[in-house]
Amino acid sequence: MSNFSRVLNFALTDFARNKGVSIATIFVLVVTISLVSGLFFFRGFTNYLIFGLQDKMDITAYFKDEVTEEEILAVKDEITGLSADIKDVQYISKEKALEDFEEKHKDNDVYTKALQEVGANPFLPSLSIKTSGDPEQYEEISNILQSGQYSQLIDSVDFTQKKDTIEKVYEITKNVNLFGYILSAILIIIAVLVVYNTTKLAVDTSKDEIGTMKLVGASNWFIRGPFVVQGAIFGIIAFVICIILSTATVYLLSPKLGLIMPGFSLADYFISNLWVVILIQLGFGAGLGMLTSYFVVKKYLKN
Amino acid sequence: MIKFVNVTKIYEPDTTVLENISFEIKQGEFVSFVGKSGAGKTTLLRLLLGMEKPTTGEVFFQNTNIKDADDLTLQQIRRKIGGIYQDYKLLNTKTVYENVAYILAVEGKENFEIDREVPKVLEIIGLGDKMNNFPAELSGGEQQRLAIARALVNHPEVIVADEPTGNLDPYNTHEVITLLEKINKTGRTVILSTHDRDVINKLGKRVITIEDGRIIRDEENGKFII
Repeated sequence: MSNFSRVLNFALTDFARNKGVSIATIFVLVVTISLVSGLFFFRGFTNYLIFGLQDKMDITAYFKDEVTEEEILAVKDEITGLSADIKDVQYISKEKALEDFEEKHKDNDVYTKALQEVGANPFLPSLSIKTSGDPEQYEEISNILQSGQYSQLIDSVDFTQKKDTIEKVYEITKNVNLFGYILSAILIIIAVLVVYNTTKLAVDTSKDEIGTMKLVGASNWFIRGPFVVQGAIFGIIAFVICIILSTATVYLLSPKLGLIMPGFSLADYFISNLWVVILIQLGFGAGLGMLTSYFVVKKYLKN
Repeated sequence: MIKFVNVTKIYEPDTTVLENISFEIKQGEFVSFVGKSGAGKTTLLRLLLGMEKPTTGEVFFQNTNIKDADDLTLQQIRRKIGGIYQDYKLLNTKTVYENVAYILAVEGKENFEIDREVPKVLEIIGLGDKMNNFPAELSGGEQQRLAIARALVNHPEVIVADEPTGNLDPYNTHEVITLLEKINKTGRTVILSTHDRDVINKLGKRVITIEDGRIIRDEENGKFII
């Protein structure tokens, strides 16, 4: 029998004999992994909110009536290449602008009558520009468009009107992100400490035995191996429980969350990030279980 | 085989446990260390097993300086020394069978060898019918016999017994000492540490007396005189 299968055998036997400690450790791991998984879903949820908000923010550059479509499209290409932070530049022709206005206000007589009185299409062709949300970027683009080569083509840029809203949205998304990072860091530190201390409690019960094993000439690997394998067993069982719990939770919550947040599908988010979820749960369960066992036993091996 | 050369052990900050100890034990000898509790007997054995390092001086086991031995060498030395202790030092989560089998597993023995040797040793020691029991289910005498079985199973060259009869009644004490004598007759070195006067006086073997960390007497056919 190879030493590895012996180590595996010791680990499985100890696992079965110390049922109380094993169940307690798995329970703590399940709680911890669920916490971290919950955090992952929470981040997905907040990211969706942030992207949703940022997506609604843009600045519009209105071109003079006489500027041709070719000239506007040339400007569009140039602006798109200006910076990596520019996410999207959309061209809206005079006709499209009118069409959108009519569609938006089709039930409002006041707007329809006003348009009829004007007689002609009062809208100007425009470029709608979206960046990653930073007000400074919007301001910079606005300045570029209103000065130099573009100023002769452009009638106006609506940055000044939207400035307050852009700044507020940016501030909110920045704070939500910061809160997310801080919460993640705190919860991950708590999770690591909880797993470490739970493993330590499990290993502590064998502290004297580790000393005896050393005394009879067992190698460090032969002593440490069963604890590390047990850490992996605890983690894998906790992972299986957690992935089942996560799937069940997503299945039950997804339709309800879809009602509160139209367009957000928890199930789609879960499926598209399944490998990440598996990696997080296995990493926190088996990975952390093995690592902490390794270090806790190492400490006792030194004594 | 075993040599202590001017060994001093001081625990921080200034507790001197052993002071300038020198002696040599030849292969096949039966040597008893006697002295009051706290005289330094256990520290001496811990130095031999490499569990402690001397503050000054050298400890040799088969010409290997234990102070300079790396982990692997220490493990090999410990496998050559069977230990019997007052607190038994059993693996409490393993059965009687597994406690003994562990020693052979540590040496990398095959399963068929373990299955052959362990029941044999347990039968000799009188624990053949308790193989599946856990140490907590045994009496004090049985636990000490299990410790002896564990110390003997891999046929070590040296048996170190640190107060092996400290927790035993006179009947079990006699049994353990008789067993140690038998082991010694097979050519193995036995090192016994005790403060049991009767045991030493009946043995009639070499006795090294330690007092306050110093050797005050080293006699062949020695007696317990403190």
